[in-house]
Amino acid sequence: MGILSSYQLRLARKRWRIRAFRKRRELKPVADRTGAIRSGDLLLFSTLRNEKVRMPYFLRYYRDLGIDHFLFVDNDSEDGSREYLAAQPDVSVWTTRASYKRARFGVDWLNWLQMRYGHGHWSLVVDSDEFFVYPFCDTRPLRALTDWLDASSIKSFSAMLLDMYPKGPFGEHAYREGTDPFETAQWFDSGNYTMSKNRKFGNLWIQGGPRARTFFTDAPERAPALNKIPLVKWHRDYAYVSSTHMLLPRGLNLVYDEWGGEKASGCLLHAKFLDTFAHKAAEEMARKQHYANSHEYRAYQEGLAASPDFWCKWSEKYINWRQLEILGLMSKGNWA
Amino acid sequence: MSVGFVMLCHTALGRAAQVARYWADHGCPVVIHVDKRVSKSALRRMTRDLEGVPDIRFSPRHACEWGSWGLVAATQAAATMMLHEFPGVRHVYLASGSCLPLRPVEELVAYLDERPKTDFIESVTTEDVGWTIGGLNIERFTLRFPFSWRKQRRLFDGYVRLQRRVRYRRRIPPALVPHLGSQWWCLTRQTLSAILEDPERPVYDRYFRKVWIPDESYFQTLVRQVSVNVESRSLTLSKFDFQGKPHIFYDDHLQLLRRSDCFVARKIWPHADKLYRIFLSDDLARQPAAEPNPGKIDRLFAKAVERRTKGRAGLYMQSRFPNLDWENGMTAAPYSVFEGFSDLFENFDIWLGKVTGSRVHGHLFAPDRVEFAGGETVYNGALSDSPALRDYNLRGFMGNLMWNTRGERQCFQFGPRDNQKIGPFLARDPNAQVSVISGAWAVPLFHSNRNFGDIRKEAARLQKIEADHLAQLRSLHVKARVRIWTLAEFIENPMEPLQTIIDEISPRSSRRLTEAPRMSDLVGFGQFLQNLRNQGMQPVLMGDFPAGDDPRPSTTRRGRPYLVK
Repeated sequence: MGILSSYQLRLARKRWRIRAFRKRRELKPVADRTGAIRSGDLLLFSTLRNEKVRMPYFLRYYRDLGIDHFLFVDNDSEDGSREYLAAQPDVSVWTTRASYKRARFGVDWLNWLQMRYGHGHWSLVVDSDEFFVYPFCDTRPLRALTDWLDASSIKSFSAMLLDMYPKGPFGEHAYREGTDPFETAQWFDSGNYTMSKNRKFGNLWIQGGPRARTFFTDAPERAPALNKIPLVKWHRDYAYVSSTHMLLPRGLNLVYDEWGGEKASGCLLHAKFLDTFAHKAAEEMARKQHYANSHEYRAYQEGLAASPDFWCKWSEKYINWRQLEILGLMSKGNWA
Repeated sequence: MSVGFVMLCHTALGRAAQVARYWADHGCPVVIHVDKRVSKSALRRMTRDLEGVPDIRFSPRHACEWGSWGLVAATQAAATMMLHEFPGVRHVYLASGSCLPLRPVEELVAYLDERPKTDFIESVTTEDVGWTIGGLNIERFTLRFPFSWRKQRRLFDGYVRLQRRVRYRRRIPPALVPHLGSQWWCLTRQTLSAILEDPERPVYDRYFRKVWIPDESYFQTLVRQVSVNVESRSLTLSKFDFQGKPHIFYDDHLQLLRRSDCFVARKIWPHADKLYRIFLSDDLARQPAAEPNPGKIDRLFAKAVERRTKGRAGLYMQSRFPNLDWENGMTAAPYSVFEGFSDLFENFDIWLGKVTGSRVHGHLFAPDRVEFAGGETVYNGALSDSPALRDYNLRGFMGNLMWNTRGERQCFQFGPRDNQKIGPFLARDPNAQVSVISGAWAVPLFHSNRNFGDIRKEAARLQKIEADHLAQLRSLHVKARVRIWTLAEFIENPMEPLQTIIDEISPRSSRRLTEAPRMSDLVGFGQFLQNLRNQGMQPVLMGDFPAGDDPRPSTTRRGRPYLVK
């Protein structure tokens, strides 16, 4: 990497930050409790639209991990998500009717909130269907992890997106508010992920999983990216570039070891493929607000017409993080 | 009252206070040193916490930056205070604010009472130390270190380099032999006072002021001057990882810590409520007087370091993506590649599976689909049989397959009709056992019902591809175990090479092969090659097949293909 390309990336980062700064005007506060944030608090940032049914379990899951304050951007929900969140004591909500797509799928909004409130905090950026799993998460709170990362001078933590699915068609089991989505969506693909290095940003690009093997067998390059870096000791100069797949400055993307060793990493269990999925796919197709002209959703819709079943006899049933560790999907690194 | 604790604290003062109170309540005086950089309010909270507890003193504060002289100065001051204020103390135990006693104090007292003259301090000559980080060993004592390693790393490194270049060496005071060791010790009053009251102390102090990380060498070196009975180990259980920072203990280490029989452990995570609650409670079950035995914990942490530095062979994942030649195992396990065998033999895969008990796939890199064993469309780890997905990342596919099936030997067929891009990977992988019958691709052509013109063209194409592939396998950088026979060589005596390959796949079954795979009918094959030659194509990879001189009929269709010895 020469000086020139370094400088270009620096400019790119500044551009994203200016963009986020300009997009701040799209956000209207609904409930601003950010005054309650204490130094050292663990923050969670998320954007959502019509996810009320998921919220009770989502909040409970992350409160149990030890998140101190939630910061949500509500993109014009119509199902009462906004009101529900605004009533929570540890949640701040902003709302916007602006285009999700033109805010680069919410990244600009969250970049702004992180710039404003995340500086100096460990911040976790997840969608409402993503559930963070890390080594020892059953016995150690998130703060144990962030303390260890601090002590090890590590600033960013990788967690690959792991698509979870039920056995049988998605619509078969109804998801009930407040319940654990992984009671039904408890299966995953254990060993069909491939990765390559993104030379420009230095991150790994991971693809595969059930979506790649059912929806993208003819166009594998279009399969969704699964690499994510959701947990970062935020600094106001940082910026997410594309979803939480990569960041600038590039050093934050170096969450993998290149000399044979393993760095510590986690997983984001992805509870997307519930009975709500068909409805969501239809809605997103109509709104055309998703990535790559909603190509992904189009593929889903075509696939959904055939009532897909991700389950196969090699599907693995989720037990705990240790299982994911043994399967090589995540790693303890040198945390013991 | 035989043991007193000196505590060096800089964070989590609440926890430090809790431990100090525990020790004091159990009859052990405590002198606390609080880092000068700690805020006044935090210190005030701590002193308020400990108000009214007798036998607790606060020593004069020094700024204790890591690796600096401040830590030693603080220890000296606190230890002096301890010896002066508590004349009954016989052993002084140096602990940190994140230490936690694992066994009741009475057991430590009893242990020390039995060894009244022993100094417990890890003290090793620099030549014998394997754990120093940063490559600075004896140079810690012979160079000067005026810059902070943490805050002024460039200056630090630059100054070290400069001193090395100009061959600067400090003079070590003549009486001293440099020793290193864990900074957490337990010394007798005699030894400690001898060190602190040594008339030469100003000289030593001046010298050690500029030594790097003096807290790991000051007492460790001087103790050798004065002590008669050094037991070179620390009573504090403290493990360091590969970056030289201490491992941290959490609630889920409870059983490990209990069974370690160590007296004190560090470092404890300040929020490990369960550890603090259990180990500081008074009803901690008395154990039989056992020697400290941290073996299990050692193994746990050694494993963790190995995971971080070497990783799991053959695994490619989000946090392990080794550079070329740093894979430490390109694939997870040995596997066998057969080229030409399935062309020459009928139902070769079934035969091979039976003989070796391994998993035998068809052509995994075939252009139309991934031919998994048993015609599966999805395989271990939910690998898809889609050729597009496979070709999108061939190395990833191969790595995944071998990782998913570790524990079971994999074999597969390969040939010039398959995707050749995997060739270099196979050649470079020490786990690959590649056996080639060159030119065997001509056998299916020979049996095919196609126009001769097409056959000729196809033969030329396949020969070119295989020749390139063989060149890869013969290159200087090949790490795979490669065996190549020409078709003619092979059918001359097929059993011997087969036996060799099989023995290598399953070395424990020493049985001789009794059943040979059934060979294709090769009557007229020589003439077929001659016809190709006559059409202007030169088949070279098959070896020498004289026209008309057909191979031995015994291996063809006629008769049961058993070998009689």
